[in-house]
Amino acid sequence: MSDAMRLEGEGPIAFLPPRPEILARRAAIIADLEAMLSPGGLVHAERALKPFETDAYVAYRRLPLAVVLPKDTAEVSAVLAYAHAQGIPVVPRGAGTSLSGGAIPQEDALVLGLSRMSRILEVDLENRTARVEAGVTNLSISERVGPDGFFYAPDPSSQLACTIGGNIGMNSGGAHCLKYGVTTNNLLGVTLVLVDGTVVTLGGPHLDAGGYDLLGLVCGGEGQLGVVTEAVVRLIARPEGARPVLFGFDSATEAGACVADIIAAGIIPVAIEFMDRPAIAICEAFAKAGYPLDVEALLIVEVEGAEAEMEAMLEAIVTIARRHRVKTVRESQSATEAALIWKGRKSAFGATGRVADYICMDGTVPLSQLSHVLRRTGEICESFGLQVANVFHAGDGNMHPLILFNANDPDEAAKAEAAGNEILKLCVEAGGCLTGEHGVGIEKRDLMRFQFSEADLAQQMAVRAAFDPQWLLNPSKVFPLEGRPLLRPAPERNAMAGTAVPETFA
Amino acid sequence: MSLPRHCPETEMQAAELVRAASAARAPLAIEGGGTRRGFGRAGAVSAVVSTAALSGISRYAPGEMVMTARAGTPLAEIEAALDGQRQMLAFEPADHRPVMATTGTPTIGGVFAANVSGPRRLVAGAARDSLLGVRFINGAGEAIKAGGQVMKNVTGLDLVKLMAGSFGTLGLLTEVTFRLLPRPERAETLVLSGLDDAAASSSMAAAMALPVEVSGAAHLPESVRGRFLSGALPEGAATVLRLEGLAASVVLRADKLAAALSPRAPITRLGPEESAVLWREIRDIKPYADGTQKPLWRVSVAPMAGAPLLEALRMEAGVDAFFDWQGGLIFLRMEAEPEAELLRGLIRRFGGGHATLLRASAAARAVTPAFEPQPPALAALSARVKASLDPHGLFNPGRMT
Repeated sequence: MSDAMRLEGEGPIAFLPPRPEILARRAAIIADLEAMLSPGGLVHAERALKPFETDAYVAYRRLPLAVVLPKDTAEVSAVLAYAHAQGIPVVPRGAGTSLSGGAIPQEDALVLGLSRMSRILEVDLENRTARVEAGVTNLSISERVGPDGFFYAPDPSSQLACTIGGNIGMNSGGAHCLKYGVTTNNLLGVTLVLVDGTVVTLGGPHLDAGGYDLLGLVCGGEGQLGVVTEAVVRLIARPEGARPVLFGFDSATEAGACVADIIAAGIIPVAIEFMDRPAIAICEAFAKAGYPLDVEALLIVEVEGAEAEMEAMLEAIVTIARRHRVKTVRESQSATEAALIWKGRKSAFGATGRVADYICMDGTVPLSQLSHVLRRTGEICESFGLQVANVFHAGDGNMHPLILFNANDPDEAAKAEAAGNEILKLCVEAGGCLTGEHGVGIEKRDLMRFQFSEADLAQQMAVRAAFDPQWLLNPSKVFPLEGRPLLRPAPERNAMAGTAVPETFA
Repeated sequence: MSLPRHCPETEMQAAELVRAASAARAPLAIEGGGTRRGFGRAGAVSAVVSTAALSGISRYAPGEMVMTARAGTPLAEIEAALDGQRQMLAFEPADHRPVMATTGTPTIGGVFAANVSGPRRLVAGAARDSLLGVRFINGAGEAIKAGGQVMKNVTGLDLVKLMAGSFGTLGLLTEVTFRLLPRPERAETLVLSGLDDAAASSSMAAAMALPVEVSGAAHLPESVRGRFLSGALPEGAATVLRLEGLAASVVLRADKLAAALSPRAPITRLGPEESAVLWREIRDIKPYADGTQKPLWRVSVAPMAGAPLLEALRMEAGVDAFFDWQGGLIFLRMEAEPEAELLRGLIRRFGGGHATLLRASAAARAVTPAFEPQPPALAALSARVKASLDPHGLFNPGRMT
C-alpha cells in the first residue's frame, strides 16, 4: 500500500494512514462515547492519552483518537456497535505488555482497554475452572486458587502485569509450557464481542466447544476477530514441589544435544531453559546467582512432583548430562537455592536492558536445528558488528536472541532490526516459525511472507474478514499492508447478525 | 450408490480435483477411512474424494516428539512407528468401528478431522491440542499451509485448530503434523467400588485436586460394569482412576491416592496389563458396541454437571450411560428415540455443553441434528467462516448440520 504511514525518526514499519474524515469528527465522537460509557470510562485529554501511545515494543508510538475503558460486556458491545456503524478502527488492549506492538494504536483508532474489567467472577474447584473478566492479571488467578492447591499454568514473564485478555489475544506461553501447554491448551471458553457489538459465547466449563473451533481461532487472533470480555480457564492441581538443576557445558552443541536426549529419554521436565555465554555474564553481573562464568552454555532443567519422583527424574537427567560431558552440575538443596538458580534467568531481560538497548527475537525452531541456528545467529550478528545474548526455552525450541545495540545511534538501530530479520528468516528456513509466543503485531507483520505463501496469507485474511469485513479491529497488525483484500463497504448496522445462513448451518 | 470415487495420490492431484469440482459447482464427500461415516448427515454430492492414496509418514523425529504424515496414513501404521520409539499420541483416539458398526481403516487425517480424543483428553488435551500443522486444499482448489512443525507457534491465525474437528467441511486435509509424548513406563488403575453417580463425581473431583497427576477418571455404573474387562471388575459400580509415569513414581502416587480416597469406598488396584485393556475399552465405548442401532449420544458438560443431568434425563427417558473425563463426558444409549430436544434442554439447564449423536437409525438421523445447534449469531459467524474457506459449499455439504 503506497500511502501507508511512517513517522519521522521511526523504523521502517508503516501504519495504515489515519482517515481524515474520522479525525475531523473527533469532538463529536468523544461526545457520543461519553454519553454511552459509565464515569471513568473515557480518556481523551492528550496528556492522559500518552500512556496508551505504545506498548512494550516502544520503538513505535501513535496517539489514539481516544481511550475507552468499559466496565462490562454491555459497554464493550455498545462501543463496538458504535465504532462499527461509524467505521472507526478499534485497538483492544490488556496491560500493554506486548513485545511485538500488538497494542500500539493509530491516530484514527479508539483504544479499548480492559483494565476496569478485572474481577475473578467465579472459582469452581470441583470443576477445576475459573471464570474471569478479561482484564484480570495472569498471576492473580494462581494467587487466588493457590491456597486451595491449584494454579493456572501459562506463565509469561510479564505475568504480574499482563492480562488474560492479552494472553488470549497472543496465545501466550511461558517457561513452563513444555509440560502444560500454552494459553490455547488451558482455555475452555470466552465471551466474545464481535465487531458489530454482537455478543457470542464460545465454549464454556465443558471440554471441546461444539461446532467449529472458533475458540481456537480467537486465541492468538491478536485482537482482530473480536474483543474477549470474559474467559473460562482450566485450573490444575499444583504439584507438591518443583526443583531446578543447573548444568554448565563447554559447548552450545553439547547443551543442545543434552536437551534432545532428555526429551528422547521420555522425560518431560516442566522447563528447560538455555543461556549462552554472553547471557550468563549479563545475568550473573546483575543477579549474583552464582552462575559459572567459565562455560559456553547453561541449562536450567526443572522437574516437579513428590520428593521421591523428583529424585528419580533428576538422577536420570544428570546421568544424561554427564554423557554430554557436563562441566558444572548444581542441584538445589533448598527453596532458597532453587530461587537463586531461577533468579538469574528470570532477570535476563531486565539485566540485559541495563547494559544495552536490545531487541528480542522470538522464533521457534525444531530441536534438531538448535545448535545450527544458534551458530548462525552469532554469525549474522557478528556480520552486522552487533553482540547477541541468547536466553530461551530450549525444550520447545522457542529462541530468544537478544540483539544488543545503542538506540541513540540510528545506524546501529537499523542494523539491529536488519539482523533480527535475518535471524527470523533463518528460523523459518530451519523448519520453524517467526514467533513462538510474542505474536506478530506490527513487529513481524512485514515478514509474514517469509513463512507463508500468498495463498496461505489470502486464506488467513479471508477467515479474518469473516469476523471483521471492514478491517476495523487492530487493522495495522499481523498481515502485510500490501496485498490486502479490498475492504467491503460498511454493512448496515447490525446487518451481520442477520446474514443469510447457508444451508449447512441452517 | 455408484458415485465416482477419486483417490488422488498427490496434493497437486487433489487440488486439481477440487478446482474441477469448484468450476462445476459439484459438491464432494471427503473421506479418510470412512470408519466415522455415520457422524452427522450425508448431504447430496457428485463424487467422493478419498485420502486413501495420500498415505505415508513423511517425517518422524523422535527426539523432537513430532511426526508429519500424509492424511490418509492408516492410524495403525503411525502407532506401529510410535511403538518402536516408545512414544504415543497423547489424546488416545478412539476406534469407532465397533460402536458404529463400520469397517475400513482409520486414518490419521480422519482422526484430526473428527477431533477424536479419548480418556487422557482430560489432562493432555484433545486431538486439536496435539495438531501443530496442516496442509489442505481449500474450496478454491488452492493448497494451503497452516501452522508448522514446532510446538510453540503463534504466527498468524491458527487455522490448524479450525481444521481440527471440522469433519472435512472446510477443506481437504492432505498432510498433518502433530506432537507426540513419551509412552509412560507404567500405568496403574485404582477401582473404587459401589459409588453412586453423584458420589463418584465427588470422588473423581477429589482425586483431580490432589497432586498425583491422575490421567484418566471414569465412572462405570453397575449396568455397564460387567461389560468391561470381561466382567472382571469387582461387584458394584466402578469408579476408575488411572496413574501413569515412571514406575517408581506411579507406585508412590497410587499409594497416596488410595490413602486419600479409602474412606469413600473399597479400593482395588489393576496392574499395567488390565489397566491398558480397561482404558482402551472405555475409549472405544465398548458397552455400546452392541450391534444395535439404538441412539448413542456423546455429551460434554462440566464434570460435576454429568451426574445430575443423567438423573434428570432418567426421569423422562429410558437410558443407559457411563462417564469419562471426571464425569463431564457421558455416553448415553437411549432405549427408544434420540430425545434430542429433551437432552439438549437439560444440557442448557445444567450449565451448557454439547451433545453429538454418534449413532442412530437412518430414520432418526434424518430428523435429528447430530451436532449441537448453535444460537443464531454464532451459527451465522460459523457460516461466514465456512464460506471464507469453501465459498461454494463443496465439502461434505450438510455434514455438521
